[in-house]
Amino acid sequence: MRNTIVLGVIGSDCHAVGNKILDYAFSSAGFKVINIGVLSSQEDFINAAVETDADAILVSSLYGHGEIDCRGFREKCEEEGLSEILLYVGGNLVVGKQEWKTVENLYKKMGFNRVYPPGTTPVAAITDLARDLKIDLSKLGKVKVS
Amino acid sequence: MEAVLLVDFGSTYTKLTAVDIKNEEILATAKSPSTVETDIMIGLQKAYSSLKERLKGIPVEFAEKYACSSAAGGLKIVALGLVPELTVEAAARAALGAGARIVGTYNHEIEMYEVEEIVAKKPDIILLAGGTDGGNKSCIIHNAKMLAEHLSDISVIAAGNSKAREELEKLFSDHKMCYRFTENVMPRLNILNVEPVRQTIRKLFIERIVLARGLKRAEKYVGKVLMPTPAAVMQAAAILADGTEGEDGYGELMVVDIGGATTDVHSIAAGEPLEAGINWYGLPEPYAKRTVEGDLGMRVSAYSLWQTAGYQRIRKYYTGSNSDIEQKCLSLSEQIDKIPVTDDDFEFDAALGAVAVQMAVERHAGVLEKHYTPTGLVYALQGKDLRGVSCLIGTGGVLVKGRDPQRILQATLEGGFGEGRLIPQKPQLMLDSSYILSAMGLLSNVYPVQALRIMKKYLKRIV
Ligand code: B12
Repeated sequence: MRNTIVLGVIGSDCHAVGNKILDYAFSSAGFKVINIGVLSSQEDFINAAVETDADAILVSSLYGHGEIDCRGFREKCEEEGLSEILLYVGGNLVVGKQEWKTVENLYKKMGFNRVYPPGTTPVAAITDLARDLKIDLSKLGKVKVS
Repeated sequence: MEAVLLVDFGSTYTKLTAVDIKNEEILATAKSPSTVETDIMIGLQKAYSSLKERLKGIPVEFAEKYACSSAAGGLKIVALGLVPELTVEAAARAALGAGARIVGTYNHEIEMYEVEEIVAKKPDIILLAGGTDGGNKSCIIHNAKMLAEHLSDISVIAAGNSKAREELEKLFSDHKMCYRFTENVMPRLNILNVEPVRQTIRKLFIERIVLARGLKRAEKYVGKVLMPTPAAVMQAAAILADGTEGEDGYGELMVVDIGGATTDVHSIAAGEPLEAGINWYGLPEPYAKRTVEGDLGMRVSAYSLWQTAGYQRIRKYYTGSNSDIEQKCLSLSEQIDKIPVTDDDFEFDAALGAVAVQMAVERHAGVLEKHYTPTGLVYALQGKDLRGVSCLIGTGGVLVKGRDPQRILQATLEGGFGEGRLIPQKPQLMLDSSYILSAMGLLSNVYPVQALRIMKKYLKRIV
């Protein structure tokens, strides 16, 4: 089953609450969550994904420096043989309020498959991920989170 | 009188220790150059006659005999894993803790030229890791195939993804290999599980490696060869730190062992950050940790010591008049049996010992890094915080037989604290002056309480 995900908060960012909620939500939905927690470097995410044979990496950035922290992430994944892996990113991706389309494009250009604005509910991302990985959520056999 | 005989087939010397268990006393020790290359019994017999002499006519009957060995290059292991910072490092740590010498590490899927490298390294055991349980399988299966097809005469311990076991088992048995399975050294991401691997290595060492080392013949006279010598030292350190049934230990401690080819450092300590607010990074640390510095040694590695340490670091401890340090190191590296004779020889050895142990402890200890974040300064620790270690014990020829063990051990405390290395701050310095640590580690398999009390009695405090 393709349902292993690596989850963490990138860079020097220590906002821990959202990370715990995402862990809970994705686990409850039946995903195998490898949570590497806050203050995680790109290498931490990638190493974790390589050893656990993960299908997707979910990156959070809350403190406004996401753009710098995420640069070159996709390229490093390719270097490590993770060319198929899905990359999602969410949180407060830029400083202050900026036009969402611009922000989304910025991260898509960096190679992220999906980019989420502030206030995204976990369930939206869970639905997307199930679709992207072509898995049937009801078959994961866990409680549905809404 | 009944006594226990402990034998250490070392790479240079075969050492014997006679112990009176009832009175918790060392009756005598003796040594003679090892003769593994020709016939191991020759060196053993010489050491034995010398031991008899030193017993000065006390009639002793050795009712029990136990041995350990690091002869013929020690227990050589090649470690294979997937990511260098994760399963490769975990496998290497497990092997070091089992008293092995790591002769090579390989990551990801290995290639034919790497197979050839491994052949040339002549390992006794290949430790095959890679993937968490249920994680990556393709790497360990690829590597197992390479081993089965090209290295089937070397023993393999598989300690990787448990979900690859059946496939691996089929490969190994089809190729009639000697193999053992054990728990994954990293069952989940960043969870270190070294103990099952260590046990398996030790069992395989007793069953198979002893045979290959020509030690089998000696076993008739000296009893079972129970463990590699470094594992015995580690066990002595562990029992000395933690104590045993009814007898207290010294608490968290370190042992440094300066040899001709390597400098070993053992720490028996949790190593958690001493202060709150330090984030602990990287792979978790084993409570009992051993590191081996192959470029820091008194003889074979004297020149590589010069290359890593450089003029100033050695000069700081060597005040002699002949300051051509490079030349001195080079010539020592070519005379591996050289015993110091002149005052200058002794002084130079002490300086090399000081630098070797200082650098080895620096490398063993964790590093504290500063990170500047939007909220200000954040501290991150990678490795063990050893500042609070209560005791630092030295062993090895240059300390035991040299003239100035205190100066050498003191040098460890003058190491790179400035660069954030969390080395011991105010440990009690101690010397294994009777050279009994490995023997006591061995003895502790059978008589833990006595081994501990004897160590407490014979280890010498240095102010
Ligand atoms: C609590 C808090 C803190 C605490 C954090 C405690 C802790 N260890 O967790 C403290 C006081 C330490 C802190 C510090 C800072 N903070 Co603060 N903090 C907050 C606050 C008030 C709440 C965060 C929170 O827990 N929210 C609740 C959780 C559930 O929501 P969440 O984190 O957004 O996560 C959810 C979603 O975003 C989404 N999501 C997140 N990641 C991802 C990823 C994917 C793939 C998907 C699909 C979804 C997703 O799902 C999550 C669960 O529902 C927010 C303001 C706010 N109301 O959001 C500011 C805020 C995040 N902080 C901010 C700032 C600037 C800082 C500091 C830089 C302040 C400073 N100058 O000192 C520091 C940075 C410290 C650091 N190195 O990280 C700014 C960020 C501004 C920006 N990005 O433009 C915010 C938005 C406040 C503001 N409006 O200015 N902070």
